Amino acid sequence: MSEDLLRIDDLHVSFSTRRGMVEAVRGVTLAVQAGEMLGLVGESGSGKSVTGFATTRLLDAAGRVTGGKILFRGQDVTKLRGDDLRHLQGAAMSMIFQNPRAALNPIRAISLQIADAILTHKRISKDAARAEALELLRAVQIRDPEARMNAYPHELSGGMCQRVMIAIAISCNPALLIADEPTTGLDVTTQKVVMDLLADIAAARGMATILITHDLGLAARYCRRIAVMERGRIVEEASPKTLFGAPQHAYTKRLVAASPTATSGIEDLVTEEERERHAAVVSKPRTVAAHGTPPLLEVRKLAKRFDQGAAAVADFSMTMAVGESVGLVGESGSGKSTTSRMICRLIDPSEGDIVFDGQSIGHIASRDFHRSPFRKDIQMVFQDPNESLNPRYTAFDCIAHPLMRLGGMRAGDALRQRVEECADRVGLPLDLLPRFPHQLSGGQKARVGIARAIACRPRLLVLDEPTAALDVSVQAVVLQLLDRLRRENDIALLFVSHDLNVVRMLCDRTIVLRNGGIVEQGESRALFENPKTDYTRKLVEAIPHIDTGPVLAVAL
Amino acid sequence: MTSGLGTTMVRAGRRLLSSLPALFGVLVFTFLLMRVLPGDPAVFFASGPNAGKEEIEQIRKQMGLNRSVPEQLVYYLSDIGQGNLGRSMMTGQPVLKDLRERLPASLELTFTALLIALIAAVPLGVVAALRPGSLVDHGVRLFCALGVCVPTFVSGLLLIYVFYYLLGLAPDPTGRVDVFTSLPPQRTGFLSIDFLLAGDVEGWWAACKQLILPAVSMALFVIAPLARITRASMLVSLGSDFVRTARSVGLSWHKVVITYALRNAILPVITIAGIVFSTMLGANVLVEKVFSWPGVASYALDALLSSDYAPVQGFVLLMASLFVLVNLVVDVCYGIADPRVSIE
Repeated sequence: MSEDLLRIDDLHVSFSTRRGMVEAVRGVTLAVQAGEMLGLVGESGSGKSVTGFATTRLLDAAGRVTGGKILFRGQDVTKLRGDDLRHLQGAAMSMIFQNPRAALNPIRAISLQIADAILTHKRISKDAARAEALELLRAVQIRDPEARMNAYPHELSGGMCQRVMIAIAISCNPALLIADEPTTGLDVTTQKVVMDLLADIAAARGMATILITHDLGLAARYCRRIAVMERGRIVEEASPKTLFGAPQHAYTKRLVAASPTATSGIEDLVTEEERERHAAVVSKPRTVAAHGTPPLLEVRKLAKRFDQGAAAVADFSMTMAVGESVGLVGESGSGKSTTSRMICRLIDPSEGDIVFDGQSIGHIASRDFHRSPFRKDIQMVFQDPNESLNPRYTAFDCIAHPLMRLGGMRAGDALRQRVEECADRVGLPLDLLPRFPHQLSGGQKARVGIARAIACRPRLLVLDEPTAALDVSVQAVVLQLLDRLRRENDIALLFVSHDLNVVRMLCDRTIVLRNGGIVEQGESRALFENPKTDYTRKLVEAIPHIDTGPVLAVAL
Repeated sequence: MTSGLGTTMVRAGRRLLSSLPALFGVLVFTFLLMRVLPGDPAVFFASGPNAGKEEIEQIRKQMGLNRSVPEQLVYYLSDIGQGNLGRSMMTGQPVLKDLRERLPASLELTFTALLIALIAAVPLGVVAALRPGSLVDHGVRLFCALGVCVPTFVSGLLLIYVFYYLLGLAPDPTGRVDVFTSLPPQRTGFLSIDFLLAGDVEGWWAACKQLILPAVSMALFVIAPLARITRASMLVSLGSDFVRTARSVGLSWHKVVITYALRNAILPVITIAGIVFSTMLGANVLVEKVFSWPGVASYALDALLSSDYAPVQGFVLLMASLFVLVNLVVDVCYGIADPRVSIE
């Protein structure tokens, strides 16, 4: 084997915070060969991004390398200064980031941003740099590159922005590219296109790549070697096949189990030892509604038009039975969030009707719906658990608020009891109740959000991407929790998500949306195994599954 | 690019139209306010303290004050419609002429002060943001605090004391030029520009010397908000993802800080600068008084003290229009500086 392109030796990185020094990376040892694609996976806080930033010397001021070496072509990166460092950055190694739109300068045309990178490392004229920028845009397969040269980032979609970012990163032919969650936040189909492009470019240019991701499926699909990080350490390193076939470390086992696959059910998401608890609930037979009972929710020809332009949602009809779970999937811009918000009566539909429990609620203005007796029957869990909790409310206040507003309860023992009961049902430890949101972890905040939504014992729960911001292991627990709540209390769930694996596991039926219209709907398992439309097939195929991964990776 | 500029212009035009009702409101409000304030201009402008009742009555009639207030308002509005702001009892000249003579002096002073403030504040803010928590940062903070807490007339007097009285560097603070310099032919009304156009370098230098102290004392007062906003938005900008991107490809320090960070950070500074400019224009009456600067603010103050309605109303209208205009300019600047603004 040739000399390693990059060798990280016992790397330690610390951040100085208000509560003293916090060690984010504690002894990482890694090697990357030229031309190789290495996956670095782990959950948030595992130190995977910090390792990447330390390698490219982009740690913010509070962070510093406290020990170890990062050897790039035999040269210690941590000791480089000034011009030597600048020659390394961009020219020898570069980086692409999560959230591509924020990573580009919003007030500078993209051609200029690419040219900036080129001109830093090459002594050529501005016109030549512009010509090279155009070539790069072509290389990253941006349609109509001449016209896009003068575009600003806000005029491009997220996927396009990430391509521009890739163009900037590869502009000076670096030997190593570090991709930090390059497709998080993009649609599955876009994710596939961008990752394929990245893999192709890396292969064509012989560029080594470190793919930092929380998505095991993604890493399995594109990498031949995966390193798993937990709390600042690498706990396991192997090929995807061995890693997923026979994980050694306890953490890897849990992570592999929690990652949804093409066939897994909700009960599979935890390791075997933890499975018992959930099994007890699942085994309980569900009460099937007698034939002929009116549906809980009936939506007829719903449409929404915003001020100008085409309809966001058009001609949307669906029904939901008591205790049924329905998934609403589609790419961003397909109108799934708009639909869910109309059903929740947070925005007004332009046309159509919503019938809940036999009564039309579509015509009550969303502004006044909070006074309707149905408000407590239809509740919502929002996407971002961080943003959707009032930072000045404690967990207790958050859960108690709807009880006081909608349930008419007064502060006192009865209220306390109800709040504690709700917290208990979502598995939130009672001693966390006096805490403020910033003192809670992501998973705990998600639980508070769910507890708040179920506090008034709703009959329909609308969930807008409730697990999108969560780590897989937390997601697994939250999904099990939702499934259990549904089975125990007969709450109907309308689950909005772009994650098809999750929808398949949780929902009885699935509706696929595209451009505001229904493309396909049916029983979840059948729909995903046998998609009838090309669009659904494209969606299903784009999901990186762990088990199909190794085959593909070898094929690459 | 041209279409972007076009939309900006359309937006600016629409903004101008939508500000007309506000201007009208200001007009009526000031008119009524002047009528409510105590003091009878007729008594004030009568020949002497012992003017007879008939004489005062005559003056009232002459000034139209014997009519009812709504009637007066209609007359006033129709006058305004014909571009007639009335006549000042103090100077005996039409208000429009007075304002036209004095406005350039105020504008020249305010522009210079704003320029000085920006030249000082932006680098200070940037330096402070580059090393937050450092000695430089604290120094800038102290300087800003001092600038804000010393009123302009105090700093103005201090500057006069040091540079005129102690050091003798500055000319005596008596207006825009000393009595011995002959004025250049009026073109822009800005003396420093008119002197240059006339090719009179000596006169130009004399005008600049007169200008520098009042401008500095006004600038000191507004450096603080400008520097603080520059620092704050520079900090956000330096911590942003796109600056990290710029660093990740090894762009030079200069490029990262100026082209990437500062150009983005300057956007809120433009807004604040517009507000500061409008405030300064109206509030620089103290500086004008201290340096006997023949500006509009001191003119309006004198008029107010002598219950001279027309100049005060004219002044308020002028300020309101300028405020609208400045906001418009800020809007256009913003549209040019930030491509995201032009599409809405």
